[in-house]
Amino acid sequence: MESAVRLAENILAQAPRMTVAKDHATDRKTGAFSVEMGTAGVGLLAFSGDWTLQAKAPGAAAIASALAAGTGIRRIGFDTDALAQWDSTFITAILGVVAQGKAAGIDVDLGGLPAGAQRLVTLATAVPERQGARRTATRDGFLVGLGKWWLASYKSMQDSLAFVGEATIALARFSVGRARFRRVDLMIALEACGPKALPIVTLISVLIGLILAFVGAIQLRQFGAQIYVADLVAIAMAREMAAIMTGIIMAGRTGAAFAAQLGTMQVNEEIDAFRTLGFSPMEFLVLPRMLALIVMMPLLCIYANILGILGGGIVGIWMLGLTPTAYYVQTIASVSLTDFGIGISKSVIFGIVVALAGCLKGLQSGRSASAVGDAATSAVVLSIVMIIVLDGFFAVVTSIMGI
Amino acid sequence: MTGTTHTSSPHIEVSNLDLSYGDFVIQKNLTFTVNHGDVFIIMGGSGCGKSTVLKCLIGLKSPARGIVRFDGADFWSTAASTREAMMRRFGVLYQSGALWSSMTLAENVGLPLGEYTELGAAEIRDLAAMKLALVGLAGFEDFYPSEISGGMQKRAGIARAMALDPDVLFLDEPSAGLDPISSKLLDDLIVELRDSLGTTMVIVTHELASIFSIGTNSVFLDPVSKTMIAKGDPRELRDHSPDPNVREFLNRGASAMTKGPDPARTDSSRPTEAAR
Ligand SMILES: Nc1ncnc2c1ncn2[C@@H]1O[C@H](COP(=O)(O)OP(=O)(O)OP(=O)(O)O)[C@@H](O)[C@H]1O
Ligand SMILES: [Mg+2]
Repeated sequence: MESAVRLAENILAQAPRMTVAKDHATDRKTGAFSVEMGTAGVGLLAFSGDWTLQAKAPGAAAIASALAAGTGIRRIGFDTDALAQWDSTFITAILGVVAQGKAAGIDVDLGGLPAGAQRLVTLATAVPERQGARRTATRDGFLVGLGKWWLASYKSMQDSLAFVGEATIALARFSVGRARFRRVDLMIALEACGPKALPIVTLISVLIGLILAFVGAIQLRQFGAQIYVADLVAIAMAREMAAIMTGIIMAGRTGAAFAAQLGTMQVNEEIDAFRTLGFSPMEFLVLPRMLALIVMMPLLCIYANILGILGGGIVGIWMLGLTPTAYYVQTIASVSLTDFGIGISKSVIFGIVVALAGCLKGLQSGRSASAVGDAATSAVVLSIVMIIVLDGFFAVVTSIMGI
Repeated sequence: MTGTTHTSSPHIEVSNLDLSYGDFVIQKNLTFTVNHGDVFIIMGGSGCGKSTVLKCLIGLKSPARGIVRFDGADFWSTAASTREAMMRRFGVLYQSGALWSSMTLAENVGLPLGEYTELGAAEIRDLAAMKLALVGLAGFEDFYPSEISGGMQKRAGIARAMALDPDVLFLDEPSAGLDPISSKLLDDLIVELRDSLGTTMVIVTHELASIFSIGTNSVFLDPVSKTMIAKGDPRELRDHSPDPNVREFLNRGASAMTKGPDPARTDSSRPTEAAR
C-alpha cells in the first residue's frame, strides 16, 4: 500500500514534465472533450487542452451526459493526442467514465490514455470498494426523527442518572476510606479549583458588589435611605450572588477543563487503559475532581461574599457619603448566619454539579478533536442551566421554610 | 529463534464470534484457539477489524454473537465482576500507546503495581525501572509521555502492559513505528517472556519479519468476506495456504500475478520504483 502511494506521488510528480513538450503545440487552452462514434460501436472520447486544477475543464457530469446521449456505444476508448497538461482533475474525469461504464456494462479501454494516467487509474481502482461501508444519507420523516430523538434523550437521561448514582457510591466509598485514587491528582485539582481561581473570582465579586450597590443607590437615594444599600448588597451577596457567580465562574473555568481533560484521555484510549487495569474511572478521575470542588467552592463563596460586600462599601462610602463604620454596622445587622449558611450550602451543591457535568461530558466524549470541544461546551451549558434551575429550587424551598 | 513447538492446553477459545459497530458488521464467524504459551498473531489488511477483535478479547467491546473462553470460563456471559477479575490477568498494549499523559513513565508502570501488590514505593520504582529497561527505556523513568517519541511511547506501553506479569499479553501493533533493531529486540523480549514466564502472547501485527520469526499460530482476517480466511502456523500459511490472498499478503504482494496479468501495474511501475 505504501509503495502504491509512493508510486502515485512519483507519477504525479512526472505528469507536468511529460506534457511540457506539447505545450508549444497547443498554447494553453482550457480543457474540452468530444464524443465521436468510431467503428464497431466504439465511442471515442477525445480530450484536448489543459485538464488541470487551474484550467476550468468540464466536470464529470458533462462527460457523463454526453456519453449517455451517445446511443449504441458498446465500448469506450480514449483519444488524448490533443491533451496538453493534466493532473488529478483529468484522472477524476476518467474515473467517472470508468464508473459509468461499469454501471452500464460497457467496456472501457484505457489504452489511449497517457501511460502515467493509466497507472493512476489502475491504482485508484485496484482496491475494490468495501461492501456496506459507504454511508447513505437517509432523511428521516418527522415521526422517525422524533422517535430517535426521544430514544437518544432517554438513553442520555439513563446514563446521567447512572453516573450520578456511581458518583454517590464513589463518595460513600471515599468517606469510609476505601476509594482508590492518586493523592497527587487531588492536590492538582485542589490547586486548579482554589488558588488559581482567586483572581477571576476577586474581579467578578467586587464588580458584582459595585453593580448591586449602584442599582440600589439610585432608587434608595430618592428616599434618603442610602444606608440600606448595605443591606441590599450584603443580603444579595450572602444568599444568592456569591454562590451563583462562583458557580458560573467555576463552570466556565474548571468544568470545561475537566470535560476537555477527560475527553482527551478518551481520545487517547487512556480511559480504556484504566478500565482494563481495573481502575474505576469514577474513583480515579471523577472523585478527586469532585472532592476538590466540594472543598473549594464554599471557601471561594465566602471569599466572594467578603469582596462583594467590600465592592458595595466602595460605592456606599465614595458615592453615597456613608461612613465606613455606619456601613459596617448596617451590614452586620442586616445579614444573619442563616443567610450565609444558605449561600454556602448552595455553593457546595453547585460545586458538585460543575464537577459532575464536566466529568460526565468528558467521559461521554467521542473520539475526535471536535467531540472534545463539544464535550467542553456542553459541560459548561449543562452546569450553568443546572445551577440556575437548582437556585430557583432553593429559593422556593427557603421561602416555604420561611428562612 | 524459530518458535519451539508447544503442545499445551487451550488458553483462549473463540467460537462463532461476530463483531459489529451498530449495523456495520466488522467480522463474523471467527473460531480459533490460542494455546498456553502460544505467540498468536492476528493479521489482515488495514481496517479489517484486528483491533476490534482485540477489544473483544480484552473486555472493552461485547461481541454481537459468539463465545470467548479463557481457560474454559466464559468471558462475556459471566457477571461483570467475574469478568473484571479475569481482566486482571491481562496486559494490554493499545494501538495508540494510551499512556496516562499526566503521569511519568515510572508512574505509568508503577500504578498497577501499587494497586494490586503490597510492595512499597521504593520497590515499585525499582520494578518499574526494570520493566522500562527491558524495553530499552532505562533512564527515562521521570519523563512524561509527551516528552518521548512515538516509538518510545509504544515501548513504554509494553512495559506498562507487562507490569503485573500477566498471563496473557495483548499487543496491538507493538512494532509499528520502531526501527528494525528495536523491533528485533522486541521480538526477542516477547519470546523471552513467553519462555521464562509462560506468558501467552496475542499480537496484532503486519511486520512480516516478526510474524515469521516469533509467531507459532495465527489467524488471518479478510475485510471483503468479513471473516477469517486462514489460520495456523504463519510460515506454513506463507508457503502452502490454499488462499492466494493469504500467500500474497505473507509474501509482501509478490504473488500478485495470481490476480491475472496487469501490465499497467506490474511492468510499467517498475522503473518508477527502481528510480528511488
Ligand atoms: N468506534 C467505531 N465506530 C464505528 N466503526 C468503527 C469504530 N472503530 C472502528 N470501526 C470500523 O471497524 C473497522 C475495523 O477497525 P479496526 O480498528 O478494528 O481495524 P484494524 O484491523 O485494527 O486496522 P489497522 O490495522 O489499520 O489498525 C474499520 O472499518 C472501521 O471503520
Ligand atoms: Mg488496529
